[in-house]
Amino acid sequence: MAAAVSIVDVVKHFGALEALAGVSLEIAEGEFFGLLGPNGAGKTTLISTLAGLVRADSGSLAVLGHDVVKDYRKARGLLGMVPQEIVFDPFFSVRETLRIQSGYFGLRHNDDWIDEILENLDLTSKADTNMRRLSGGMKRRVLVAQALVHKPPVIVLDEPTAGVDVELRQGLWQFVRRLNGEGHTIILTTHYLEEAEALCGRIALMKQGRIIALDTTANLMAAHPGGSLEDVFVRTMNQ
Amino acid sequence: MIGFWTLFYKELLRFWKVAFQTVAAPVLTALLYLLIFGHVLDEHVQVHGVRYISFLVPGLVMMQVLQNAFANSSSSLIQAKITGSIVFVLLPPIPYGAFFAAYVLASVVRGLMVGLGVLIATLWFAELRMAAPLWVLAFAVLSGAVLGALGMIAGLWSEKFDQLAAFQNFLIMPLTMLSGVFYSIHSLPAVWQTVSHYNPVFYMIDGFRYGFFGVSDVAPEVSLTVVIACFVAVSLLTLGLLKRGWKLRA
Repeated sequence: MAAAVSIVDVVKHFGALEALAGVSLEIAEGEFFGLLGPNGAGKTTLISTLAGLVRADSGSLAVLGHDVVKDYRKARGLLGMVPQEIVFDPFFSVRETLRIQSGYFGLRHNDDWIDEILENLDLTSKADTNMRRLSGGMKRRVLVAQALVHKPPVIVLDEPTAGVDVELRQGLWQFVRRLNGEGHTIILTTHYLEEAEALCGRIALMKQGRIIALDTTANLMAAHPGGSLEDVFVRTMNQ
Repeated sequence: MIGFWTLFYKELLRFWKVAFQTVAAPVLTALLYLLIFGHVLDEHVQVHGVRYISFLVPGLVMMQVLQNAFANSSSSLIQAKITGSIVFVLLPPIPYGAFFAAYVLASVVRGLMVGLGVLIATLWFAELRMAAPLWVLAFAVLSGAVLGALGMIAGLWSEKFDQLAAFQNFLIMPLTMLSGVFYSIHSLPAVWQTVSHYNPVFYMIDGFRYGFFGVSDVAPEVSLTVVIACFVAVSLLTLGLLKRGWKLRA
């Protein structure tokens, strides 16, 4: 069985900066995987490369066995990504946004699933509101909804709870846990380490474009008895 | 195909939601040109045996078709790039050919809507007949497509609104204004007549005008060949840039 995500020796430079220095990683289907690291570690570059937004200088990446360059249509159809920045199209309402996003993924009559996503993300009352009129937290919920419209088997969440209130965080994690329970592979980057500790079964720590630690959350914690994931993170980064 | 139709629909909805700015305003601008130039020159000038105000209308219609087709694709792309919402069309599995076709087709539709609006609004001021409607349609659609594709290149190339404005004001505007919208090139000095023949927009407007009056500065078959060649060249270039993900994918 193909891995949900397979990354082999990926290198990416932005000018003189080496953003990814030969990253290799395999994530199994159904995993809740955490990708952690300080700002500039290469997390977003890595997942952007996986999503086809960034092109690797060398190496290969595949989603459920489909190469993200050679077989990009299949690979992109299997991936849902929540970008880190809050971005939105100011011309449309929430429902229009989700219908349009469904169409991009080849889905025409998707309202039942859209309604379910809206309900789970507490957006039902805002369905016909223009995106411009939403608060930052609401816009971020719509970004999550957009990534889920095509029920992707692999979901990448790039800091999805940055600037989001506690209530939404709890609702979001409940929903994402449910999706994970139904077999969706989740890849999460976050600076909230307590969230990663509670949610992720396995974690990779990145620093300066390299993976410097990769293990189950339990093993990482066991290596530093009595400490939190934050302690593990700080010690690993300072090694 | 659903991806293509959705992107096309989104592009239509995008300009239709601000139709006052994207459709009504260019119609008004064309009307003002017609009132001012028509009033000043109508009694003094005849071109190809046609009253100046009638001669002017097809030129103004085509000018607005071209400028609005260009504005549609270019503004959509630059806005999406600057706000970051371009990510919504880059993440899905939309082939680059469908991406190109959706943007160009939506640009053509906006150009034709504005052109039709100008035509209807000017019916009160000028007598017009359409000698060859198929030529009118062919030149309007093809020329709109050329400028729609060119708008995509400008939108891809530009990283800020300032750069797009430069493309629009220093390339597209002079090419359209100096293409025979307001005059027949036979009224120009010989050297400028020669220069005009190197301006592809001249063939677009001259061929379009032929569809109305049955007379033109250049044979319409020649103009159509030039416009088709331009469309093929600009399309191939745009498709090549999209395939590479030029200025879209890092």
